[in-house]
Amino acid sequence: MSLLPFCQWLAETPGSIALHESLYMYPLVESAHVLTLCLFLGIAIMFDLRLLGVTLTSVPMTEIRKRLGPWMVGGFVLMVITGVLLFYAIPVRSYQSLWFRIKVVALILAGLNAFVFHSGIDRRVAEWDRERVPPPAARRAGATSLVLWAVIVVAGRMIAYNWFDCDKQPQPRIVNVLAGCVVPAPGAPR
Amino acid sequence: MNLSILNVLPWIEWIAASRLGQAISTSTWAFAVIESIHLLALAVIGGAVLMVDLRLLGLGLRTQPIDQVARDAWPWFVRSWVVMIVTGVLLFVSEPLKLYYSTPFFWKMTCLLLGTLFAVSVRRKVTLTPEGRTPAVVLKLVAAVSLLLWFGVGAGGRWIGFSG
Repeated sequence: MSLLPFCQWLAETPGSIALHESLYMYPLVESAHVLTLCLFLGIAIMFDLRLLGVTLTSVPMTEIRKRLGPWMVGGFVLMVITGVLLFYAIPVRSYQSLWFRIKVVALILAGLNAFVFHSGIDRRVAEWDRERVPPPAARRAGATSLVLWAVIVVAGRMIAYNWFDCDKQPQPRIVNVLAGCVVPAPGAPR
Repeated sequence: MNLSILNVLPWIEWIAASRLGQAISTSTWAFAVIESIHLLALAVIGGAVLMVDLRLLGLGLRTQPIDQVARDAWPWFVRSWVVMIVTGVLLFVSEPLKLYYSTPFFWKMTCLLLGTLFAVSVRRKVTLTPEGRTPAVVLKLVAAVSLLLWFGVGAGGRWIGFSG
C-alpha cells in the first residue's frame, strides 16, 4: 500500500500550497517545532535521566510525573501539531524522504517503549517510587527512550538535506526501496 | 545590527580560510552532524533551564526545595552548555563570514552572553539562597529574565538559517 497518491493530493490542496509558499508562516511553524524540543524533549530527558537514577534522585518518581508530566504532554501536543503542519506543507518530499521514514519508525518504537514501561514496571511504581536508582526494567526504559529520541532529533534535522532525495538519481537501490522512490527502469521511455 | 561593529574582518577571513573551517564547510556530512549534536544539546539545556525556571515560577516541581532542583539541574546545564559551545564554535568556523554579517546571529550571541552571565551570577545565587529569604516576585522575575534570554538564543539560532 502506498500513501503516495494521498500525499500528491494533499500537496495540491490550497492550504498546503499556501503554507509551503508563505514567507513567514512556514519558518514560524518550523521554529516552534524546533524550540518545543526544549519543552517536550528537555523535560522528557530529565524524566529519563531520573529513570536512570542520575538526576533528581531525591524526588519520588510519582511526584516528577505529577508535576512535570503536564508540561511534557503540552510540549508533545505542540510538537505533533507543528510537525503535522510541516508535513502538510511538504507532503510528497517528506513521504519519500529516507530520514523522515527513519524518524517515523523511531517515533513508533518510542511509543512502544513508553507503552511497555507504563504497562510493566510502572504499574509497580509504588514499590520503587523513592529509590534513588530505579529497578533495571525502568532504567532500560529510560535508556531506550534517550536513544530513540536522539535518533528522532537527528533524523528530523537530516530531512533538510537532499542527499537521498528521489529526484537525485542514481541512488543505491536500497535507498530507492526504503524511501519509496518511483524510478523508471534504465532505458524506459520517460 | 551585526557583529561587523566589532571591526574584526581580517580575523573572520582568517577563520574562514583556516584548515578547520575549510574542512567543515567542504565536507558533505560534517556540518549536518555537528548541527545535529548542537540540537541534541539544545533539548538537554532546555530541560535543565526549564526545570529550574518553572520551579521559580511556582510551577513544575513546586513541592521540592528550589536549591535541590537547582543543584540537580546544574551539572546537566553545564554539560549541555559546553557541548553547545563546542559544536557552536565548529559551526561558526565553517561559515564565519555569513555569521559576521548576520543580524539574528548578533542577537543570539548577545542573549547567549547575557543568559550565561545571568545563569552563573544572579540566578545561581537566588536559587541557592535558603528558601523564604527571596521574595516570590523576585524569584519569578529571575525566571522570566532567564526564559526570555534563553528563548532569544534559541529563536535567534533558528532564524540564522532563514535569513539570507
